[in-house]
Amino acid sequence: MSGEKQDFFDNPNNIRNMLRVFYVICALLFAADFVVHRHTEFRFEGLPGFYPIYGFVGCVILVFAAKWMRTFLMRPEDYYDKRELTDFNSDDSDGIDALSHEDTNTSVNGGHQRV
Amino acid sequence: MFEVAPFIPFFIAAALGLFLRGWMRAVLFIAVPVVGLANLWLLGTGGAGIEFGHYAILDFNLLLFKADKLSLLFGYLFHIAALISVIYALHVRDTLQQVASMLYAGSALGAVFAGDLLTLFIFWELLALTSVFLVWARRSGRAYVAGLRYFTLHILSGLLLLGGIIFYGQTHGTLEFDQIGLDGNVLDNPASWMIFLAFGIKCAFPFFHNWLTDAYPESTPTGTVFLSAFTTKVAVYALARAYPGTELLVYIGATMACFPIFYAVIENDLRRVLAYSLINQLGFMVVGIGIGTSLAINGAVAHAFNDVIFKGLLFMSMGAVLHVTGKINGSELGGLYKKMPKTTVLCIIGAASISAFPLFSGFVSKSMVMSAAIKNGYDWVWLILLFASAGVFHHAGIKIPYFAFFAHDAKLPAREPPVNMLIAMSIAAALCLIIGVYPQALYSLLPYDISYTPYDVTHVLTQLQLLFFSALAFVWLNLRHLYPPELPSVNLDVEWIYRRLVPDALRGLFNRLFALDNRLRSAAVGGVARLVEGVANHHRADGIMARNWLTGSMVAGVVLLLGIYLVLGWL
Repeated sequence: MSGEKQDFFDNPNNIRNMLRVFYVICALLFAADFVVHRHTEFRFEGLPGFYPIYGFVGCVILVFAAKWMRTFLMRPEDYYDKRELTDFNSDDSDGIDALSHEDTNTSVNGGHQRV
Repeated sequence: MFEVAPFIPFFIAAALGLFLRGWMRAVLFIAVPVVGLANLWLLGTGGAGIEFGHYAILDFNLLLFKADKLSLLFGYLFHIAALISVIYALHVRDTLQQVASMLYAGSALGAVFAGDLLTLFIFWELLALTSVFLVWARRSGRAYVAGLRYFTLHILSGLLLLGGIIFYGQTHGTLEFDQIGLDGNVLDNPASWMIFLAFGIKCAFPFFHNWLTDAYPESTPTGTVFLSAFTTKVAVYALARAYPGTELLVYIGATMACFPIFYAVIENDLRRVLAYSLINQLGFMVVGIGIGTSLAINGAVAHAFNDVIFKGLLFMSMGAVLHVTGKINGSELGGLYKKMPKTTVLCIIGAASISAFPLFSGFVSKSMVMSAAIKNGYDWVWLILLFASAGVFHHAGIKIPYFAFFAHDAKLPAREPPVNMLIAMSIAAALCLIIGVYPQALYSLLPYDISYTPYDVTHVLTQLQLLFFSALAFVWLNLRHLYPPELPSVNLDVEWIYRRLVPDALRGLFNRLFALDNRLRSAAVGGVARLVEGVANHHRADGIMARNWLTGSMVAGVVLLLGIYLVLGWL
């Protein structure tokens, strides 16, 4: 698993084939609605393709709504920090990221003082 | 029989942990949850309605340990969670963190077996007091201020609980912790509303949820794993005990299941994504408690059980990423599957479980809540939960593994995490699969005896359809470059009110007060100075008061006065 070796996901053909298998599974699952008789309890639930369509449309709406929320909710990364961390000097506020993660077994999680 | 309340071994181990070091502490900390679990198992099989540890404060009879199937399930869960988390944290050489985590796990156990409200209150506060050290243990500025906010909100929850207990004790004459219910409005029944709100804050109800998304991602890689297991699940237990069948909870839960997924999609810090998804999962549990039928309650607590394990697994895998790379933002990660293949697989098992894939643990418990919702006529709630299920797959099931381990290769130096971390994650992953494949093991521990079969054609097919087409949406959006990229950013949430609006308003108010005060002072000082100046003006050389007067003009003045007297006398 070294960087030079071609990994499975580095090859675009592999990804294309995986996606093809995935599309076939999706199509089969959709088709199953017309074959399998499901017991249903909810009025729309019995419609063929209810679950696939709900899942797909729901997720697309979710993502577009979230993208739209960014327009008024997103602030720079230091939005709170620059106010709240005025008492701390700059390398403190970086916390974990400032600590090196060189090839030692120690490092990032806070303490690690020898006890 | 020799009876030991489950929290006692944890507290003793924490005290010993202050003095023990190295492998001795490791052995002790692993042994405590294992022995504790055996102890609890023996207590649990001793028959229904086990209780011991009566004591009295003032006129109230209090009870340290009282168990039924509901509390026993949470008791088993907390022992398992403690064991996994302790193994995960074995490499940490930080006495503060290790002792605090033991005390924290013990407090959670004390709270779920509390027989009365006052005992519950004590452990409720201990939970806050011990867990905040796990946040502070990161020893960064952000962790410090986030910990302070976390602590403030939890103390507020504790004070509300205490206030509620006082009212409750006055009206009911007993402090036994049992069903309270939410009858009447706030004024008629302040006790139950105050206790409800106290539980709600700990359960991250909307508007009170930001302590979770604020503090958990700021904790250490190991601390977050502990934190994710206990606090919110104690609150779920308390709600299930005191407020089952409260309809308001259905709507609160549906909100909790729904709104965090939007934040999770645009959040960059992957542990914060998991924190939002934790609220989303709590939503399912709260809905179940609100519906209150035996199926719904069973579903809620079964989901709490599974959530601790799969959410713990996800937090552990992200903790491992943070531990070896020092980074946790989606915008900085990617391509780690090459260097961390084991962690990748374990993370995907957690992701599949939280997404409720058939044969993984989430499926067997989430479907119970969903079935209960539809059986009891909550059609809209059911639709919202279905949307939330698709959404959770989208952000926790796909986004977490994709942006951490796949996506574009960030070429970070990385390797597999320490072996103890891998072991802990493997235990959690194994539990996810075992419960998913053999759900009867979990079902037999549930509070109500019901027959429920998650694996039938309809359930499996519809769930697979939902998930595969959610994934299809992700693929489509990604190929079309419509998926929002990970951006280094902060997203405003309710916390903005107390982190920005109120401090800014107060700062503005105080600035204006100081300015006013300043003006008044300088005006006063200026007035005094002018007075002194004026007086001095008249008294210094050439001043009117310091002048020499001629004798003649004085005599003339006296004559003038006498003249005026004379004139007045004649009138």
